[in-house]
Amino acid sequence: MSSPVQLSRLTGWGRTAASGARLLAVSSGNVAEAVAGANDRGALVRGLGRSYGDAAQNGGGLVLRLAGSAGEAVLDATNHEVTVGGGVSIDDLLRVLVPQGFFVPVTAGTRFVTIGGAIASDIHGKNHHGDGSFGNHVRRLSLLIADGTVIQISPTERPELFWATIGGMGLTGIVIDATVHVLPIETSRCIVDTTRAHDLDHILTLMEEGDHRYRYAVAWIDLMAKGRHLGRSVLSRGDHATLEQLPESDRDGARSYHPKILASVPPIVPISALNRLTIKAFNEMWFRKSPQYRTGELQSIPQYFHPLDMVGAWNLTYGPHGFVQYQILIPFGEENSLRRIVERLASSGAASFVTVLKRFGTSNPAPLSFPAPGWTLTLDIPAGTRGLAAMLHELDVVVLDAGGRHYMAKDSHTTPTAIKRGYPRLAEWQAVRDEIDPERVWQSDLARRLELIN
Amino acid sequence: MQNSFGEPQSIVLLGGTSDIGLAIVRKLVSPALRSIVLACRNPLVATDAVAELAKSGANVSAVEFDATRPETHAAFVDDVVKATGDLDVVVMAFGVLGEQADYDADPCAAAAAVTINYTGSVSVGLAVANQLRRQGHGRLVVLSSVAGERVRKSNFVYGSSKAGLDGFAQGLGDSLEGTGAKVMVVRPGFVHSSMTKGLASAPFATTPEDVATVTVDGLRKGRRTVWAPGILRYIFIVLRHVPGPIFRRLPLG
Repeated sequence: MSSPVQLSRLTGWGRTAASGARLLAVSSGNVAEAVAGANDRGALVRGLGRSYGDAAQNGGGLVLRLAGSAGEAVLDATNHEVTVGGGVSIDDLLRVLVPQGFFVPVTAGTRFVTIGGAIASDIHGKNHHGDGSFGNHVRRLSLLIADGTVIQISPTERPELFWATIGGMGLTGIVIDATVHVLPIETSRCIVDTTRAHDLDHILTLMEEGDHRYRYAVAWIDLMAKGRHLGRSVLSRGDHATLEQLPESDRDGARSYHPKILASVPPIVPISALNRLTIKAFNEMWFRKSPQYRTGELQSIPQYFHPLDMVGAWNLTYGPHGFVQYQILIPFGEENSLRRIVERLASSGAASFVTVLKRFGTSNPAPLSFPAPGWTLTLDIPAGTRGLAAMLHELDVVVLDAGGRHYMAKDSHTTPTAIKRGYPRLAEWQAVRDEIDPERVWQSDLARRLELIN
Repeated sequence: MQNSFGEPQSIVLLGGTSDIGLAIVRKLVSPALRSIVLACRNPLVATDAVAELAKSGANVSAVEFDATRPETHAAFVDDVVKATGDLDVVVMAFGVLGEQADYDADPCAAAAAVTINYTGSVSVGLAVANQLRRQGHGRLVVLSSVAGERVRKSNFVYGSSKAGLDGFAQGLGDSLEGTGAKVMVVRPGFVHSSMTKGLASAPFATTPEDVATVTVDGLRKGRRTVWAPGILRYIFIVLRHVPGPIFRRLPLG
């Protein structure tokens, strides 16, 4: 009888629904050997654990952390491409790219995402309406498949497997490295226009009419406001600043980039510091401090793209019960459903700390990619909120009836039925996946919960 | 897999006709629930409960489980896992109460009751725990009783079996620390149910529904121990320390 294996307790960023797994740090050199040692609960690679739910957990199985160094990234400045390891974070990559005048094609609201994670979740950012999601910018990648071999795939080489890997939640293999298109920038500053919208109709109109004039656009909604203020928002849109847009005095060191973490939340927060009152006060303050209308404000990259990253481990402020993030897509033409959802959330009094609204552009060919033409609404709510589970199950019905769906990288509550309805090409993805991994080596808690793997 | 609200996708009720057990299962019904297994000595007895719970939309089945045959318990757990997948919540609710006077007269009947309440719980509890450890998640809910907290002369055979069960469950929970799996001990007081039909009620008596409410709340909050009603936690802090000569004279039924 072998001795019991030491397990590590893992959760997602929301700190709910933990499971125990054998956690192993690997490099691209020994990852195949580690995968071969997986038991019948399978293996999964975990990046920086920023998925909110159980996407990077594998209860009872093997969880691998792939080492990576941005210093080994190869930048092709002529073709605007970088080849980088799957375990490298966007944080580390930006520290290499920005001073050389390049930016990642897509960044989420946090830069603590690995390249592998960005591909597995097919992350999107404030530029989706024009530039699409991360997968749109991946030129090729090396994938370690279940039998331990590494294969090269791209939109032209084994395209079915390539697109099954984009948004495939890590269930087709491990991204060893990828070549990604990068965006040339003149400065490390962003130039931002801010507008306040007094209600939901106003914000939808502003975004419909004007988002296309900006590379980046996102609105923050005060979900605590009701009645005639329902849906009041702050819309912030911008682009990378050109050298000419910087004041003379800042033009030396225009591409300097030194993101800082100003403070960290202590590891033990016995009760949630975020409750209805503090969240309401924060939302009120945020709305009031935003200008009615302001153009041409210069902001740093962390300020504009990753404001929450300035507080280390901010997820701990939600206390021991953690929180859930609810991100859904509502297709264009179904704005009435979006309104019903906003009304229901506002009247429920469920306190969402940060609620974000964004317009998506066209989708890419990946069967499990989340973005599609429509609106995406994202909210953070403490998991201990009474009645929250029932309300989200109720909202799920509105979302699915409108032809919408859930973002799996955020999901921690929904059902296999909801995923089948929201992702009509699931069976197509499963066929590709099963062919490349017939022994079901790749597994995850998310895959089990949402029955992604037959 | 349970979701972030602690809503299970699968539930196994050991003691598939237990009033408290069924009340807990009813309160765990949600759109996330996929399967319910009611395990009892005679699955036919659970037909009504199966029909009622099937209305939830979950896949409900009744299967044979005999607490007095520990040699069958590991295979029983394996079969359930084969049929339904990972075990999210397992509720251990089987047991017999009996009359102390009958046990006094028939030591073999007393031993049989203890075999069900304690020995049977140990073997199936360990078999369940092995599966939870293997899958790296899941909760085992153990229905203990305040009768085991300080054993009284009026039902000391039952009380001692629950005392043993309670200690076993606590130790099992500690042994699962860090594996992702958890044990929660539920200590109800006197519960009005088919098990106690015809018995005189005790102070702070409760109902299966109230025990279920406390249990589901405890699961959501990740508690190790809950009492039903909650005030019994404090009453037993006192009762546990009452000197024997006084305890023996207390009118505790």
